[in-house]
Amino acid sequence: MAPATPSSSAISLHDAVALSGRFPLLTGVDLEVAAGESVLVEGPNGAGKTSLLRVCAGLVSLASGRVAVLGLDPVRRRAQLRRRVGLLSHASHLYDDLTVRENVRFAVRAAGAGTHRIDPACERLGLTGRLLKTPASKLSAGQRRRVALSVLVARWPELWMLDEPHAGLDASARTILDELIGEATAGGVTVLIASHESALVEPLVTRAVTVTGGRVTAERRTGASRAPLGRQAATASGPTPTEASGGPGGAPGAAPRVDGEVAHVA
Amino acid sequence: MWRDTLLVAGKDLRIEARSRVALSQVAPFGIVALVLFAFALGPDRALMATGAPGLFWVAVLFCTVQAVQRSVSVESADGARDGLRLSGLDPAGLFLGKTVAVAAQLVVLEALLAVGVVLLYGARIDVPWLIVVSCVLGTVGLAATGTLYGALSAGLRVRETLLPFLLLPIVAPVLLAGTRIWQAAMAGGTPADGTQWLRLLVIFDAVYVALGVVVYGPIQETA
Repeated sequence: MAPATPSSSAISLHDAVALSGRFPLLTGVDLEVAAGESVLVEGPNGAGKTSLLRVCAGLVSLASGRVAVLGLDPVRRRAQLRRRVGLLSHASHLYDDLTVRENVRFAVRAAGAGTHRIDPACERLGLTGRLLKTPASKLSAGQRRRVALSVLVARWPELWMLDEPHAGLDASARTILDELIGEATAGGVTVLIASHESALVEPLVTRAVTVTGGRVTAERRTGASRAPLGRQAATASGPTPTEASGGPGGAPGAAPRVDGEVAHVA
Repeated sequence: MWRDTLLVAGKDLRIEARSRVALSQVAPFGIVALVLFAFALGPDRALMATGAPGLFWVAVLFCTVQAVQRSVSVESADGARDGLRLSGLDPAGLFLGKTVAVAAQLVVLEALLAVGVVLLYGARIDVPWLIVVSCVLGTVGLAATGTLYGALSAGLRVRETLLPFLLLPIVAPVLLAGTRIWQAAMAGGTPADGTQWLRLLVIFDAVYVALGVVVYGPIQETA
């Protein structure tokens, strides 16, 4: 069982090895992500970016090594963890026969979050009017992505894991997504973004790690780490993670503090 | 758990209300099966009435496989199964919710098939309450086992062919008990014999509902 990690650590992986049958997904990942930090996971196709996110979400178990997410073992404590994290994956997790609003409402209620943020979240993502009553089967790929994003925004969990978040989105949706990520990080949410579109994501994150062959092979600071955090916080409009989840992890409205180049949440 | 049960059952029944797969495809399939059984037995009405209980439950089993296949396939599209896992829903609530949704569809299908059996085979029912109780108990058992084995096969590419292979032998007690109870409830039967078989259905239901509540979570995570 993974040891309890310090409260300032949102994700902690030590020599993490994951397999799919006999096929290696992760081959010994070491990664620490501080609470409130935003990190880009970059790498070529098949490098293990998605697998890394799925391990953190508890969808894939480790064959060896240790993992702790928000201080919890993602497999043994999955029930407690999953309502505190959000994974935007390649799939949108939508039911074709339900409308946009019904899909968002079901996902938000299933996650145990309040339904009062559903309408603002949908509006933010441009899902308004007749579109809300449209069955998911009639949506384009980009619109499905917007619906999946609106679920994340309505839930506003403590940890966002975004897998190729810009894929399939048009320019306006990409702008909204970037704003949301900025607001989330400024509000103390930890964000882990897997993407091979580094140029798009780098301005949004403080650190980039490169995954190759199932392990972290490089790490560097990015442009956002040099931007004053206070300016980002001033644009925040989303709830704090604690307000959103109602769970532990910090006092409501806790302001992020800057420790060197890494943002932490009290 | 109960909140999650209602949430999942409501979602599945809403999807069924929109797609109407049970009414437009599964129910006609069951009726066609009854008609084909009638062709196979020939014009002898007495023979058809004698075979009616067994044929009814065989048709119900076929419909159960179809309804469970649909329940599984709903979660297979667009990564919905991962979405359910990630949501943090109580696995027991998820199991019960899906069981309730399948059971609700089976109740409607059984009502249609029962009418079909009476009309096509000339079956005469003397003890209706025994029929109703057997259908309720049989439905719970079929829905619970179907949901459980549906989850077992959910992650496999061969689930469409594997599920009937796994499920049909397991639900044989329901077929046996249901048939005996119907025979007891029909003209010339002995109702007291039927009540003996009701106990078997109660035990079957209790075992599989309890098993599903306990093991559905681990199955969902590994399937």
